Amino acid sequence: MEKEFFETDVVIIGAGPVGLFAVFELGLLDMKCHVIDILDKPGGQCAELYPEKPIYDIPGMPSVLGMELVDSLMKQIEPFNPSFHLSSMVQEIKKIDDVFWEVKTDNNEVFKAKAVVIAGGGGSFLPKKPPIKEIENFENNSVFYSIKNKERFRDKDLVIVGGGDSALDWALNLESIAKRVTLVHRRDQFRAAPDSVKKIFSLIEDNKIDFVIGQVSSLNGKDGILESLKCKTSDEEVEVKCDALLPFFGLTMKLGPIANWGLNLNENLITVDTEKFETNEKGIFAIGDINTYPGKLKLILCGFHEAALMSQQAYKYVYPGEKLTFQYTTSSSDLKKKLGVS
Amino acid sequence: MTKINFIEFNGVEHSVDVDDGNTVMEAAIKNNVPGIDADCGGATACATCHVYVDPAWAEKTGEAEEMEKDMLDFAFDVEDNSRLSCCIKVSSELDGLTVRLPEKQF
Ligand SMILES: Cc1cc2nc3c(=O)[nH]c(=O)nc-3n(C[C@H](O)[C@H](O)[C@H](O)COP(=O)(O)OP(=O)(O)OC[C@H]3O[C@@H](n4cnc5c(N)ncnc54)[C@H](O)[C@@H]3O)c2cc1C
Ligand code: FES
Repeated sequence: MEKEFFETDVVIIGAGPVGLFAVFELGLLDMKCHVIDILDKPGGQCAELYPEKPIYDIPGMPSVLGMELVDSLMKQIEPFNPSFHLSSMVQEIKKIDDVFWEVKTDNNEVFKAKAVVIAGGGGSFLPKKPPIKEIENFENNSVFYSIKNKERFRDKDLVIVGGGDSALDWALNLESIAKRVTLVHRRDQFRAAPDSVKKIFSLIEDNKIDFVIGQVSSLNGKDGILESLKCKTSDEEVEVKCDALLPFFGLTMKLGPIANWGLNLNENLITVDTEKFETNEKGIFAIGDINTYPGKLKLILCGFHEAALMSQQAYKYVYPGEKLTFQYTTSSSDLKKKLGVS
Repeated sequence: MTKINFIEFNGVEHSVDVDDGNTVMEAAIKNNVPGIDADCGGATACATCHVYVDPAWAEKTGEAEEMEKDMLDFAFDVEDNSRLSCCIKVSSELDGLTVRLPEKQF
């Protein structure tokens, strides 16, 4: 894949509520942002874990659903027109010179920025790996938790495991390319878009895909290449030919690459000061659930406060030597202009 | 206070006391019982609080609701007695409840 280059004032890692609000606070101070998240949508935990649950402790909002909060934040930051890079995981942060940082993703994106804000929450949302014996020996050759290139599955025997949208979407998508798709799920009900469920049942009926009710119990192959696997059903164990296994059990949060960036950590959290929320590296900030300091609470409102104070210091890196005057959005004609409400 | 017993995959037992109204997941987390991740904090959205209910208690804990059954699809090694522990409310009825933990929550 070709590398893509971007230059901006600030790169924000994590599009959770705190990363989103950081766009606003930085924007008020004229800093342009690019926001990167491994999820395919903004909102972090609010969007992935509890979109339909009410939150009761956002100041001024007696009750707001996780997804409503995300939608409102997206609306609030619209005037600043941030660029989003979703389904991308930040792998590396490197200092280039006295001014710039370089941030690289697993999608071959390279960013050059004067400040980096880590709003990584509980870490990257990554696919759950089912505890099947020796599964890690086959990862990347024969076991895949996400799919970037469908072509590699052409004319292969595929086993797709799971009963949610990802499992069904890929079964539908790969059925015509693969030699044979076997769908393995623990029951004959699916928790997915009704349309996909209908299509899957008709493919099963037409004998276009195989369906096994059960779970994968063991893998068989050598040198990292799968040949077959066994599925445990309610009354027997069946062997299924398999070149590639695609398990879809949803996502879980793992700290991920953040651990390798040379930042001071305390129990997997980045230590920061409480004036600027800066890490041990000048110009790299950490806000929201990912940071720790005496008295830290993992609350959205605390992350919002951190975003505001962080922005004051980030300004000094983006506009060195320039003086910052404190202003209210209510009354400053300057700020109102930026928000498009003057 | 109600007593709940957790048996880790490796056989280690933990017996904890918890106020009624908590969930079995909360009983584990509040008492630092290892083996329950509970990523979503009890929102029935992560399936990382999976437990096996001792068959003797199956009747008292009742049947999983539809949403919990759906979410169990995202747990591994699901058996007939699998439940999400954040969906089991503790009451005096369940005093002495025993649940086993899976090898891993993922
Ligand atoms: C069920 C539940 C209920 C909650 N209820 C409340 C409540 O009532 N009130 C309250 O204040 N808080 C509540 N919280 C906590 C609140 O959701 C968190 O405090 C908040 O989400 C933290 O926001 P964040 O932006 O710091 O991180 P997150 O929301 O965790 O977002 C971080 C994002 O960063 C991404 N990321 C991490 N590393 C990388 C990387 N290397 N590359 C790319 N992307 C990366 C992740 O994929 C994720 O999307 C609740 C949490 C849960 C789970
Ligand atoms: S804690 Fe997430 S489903 Fe129970």
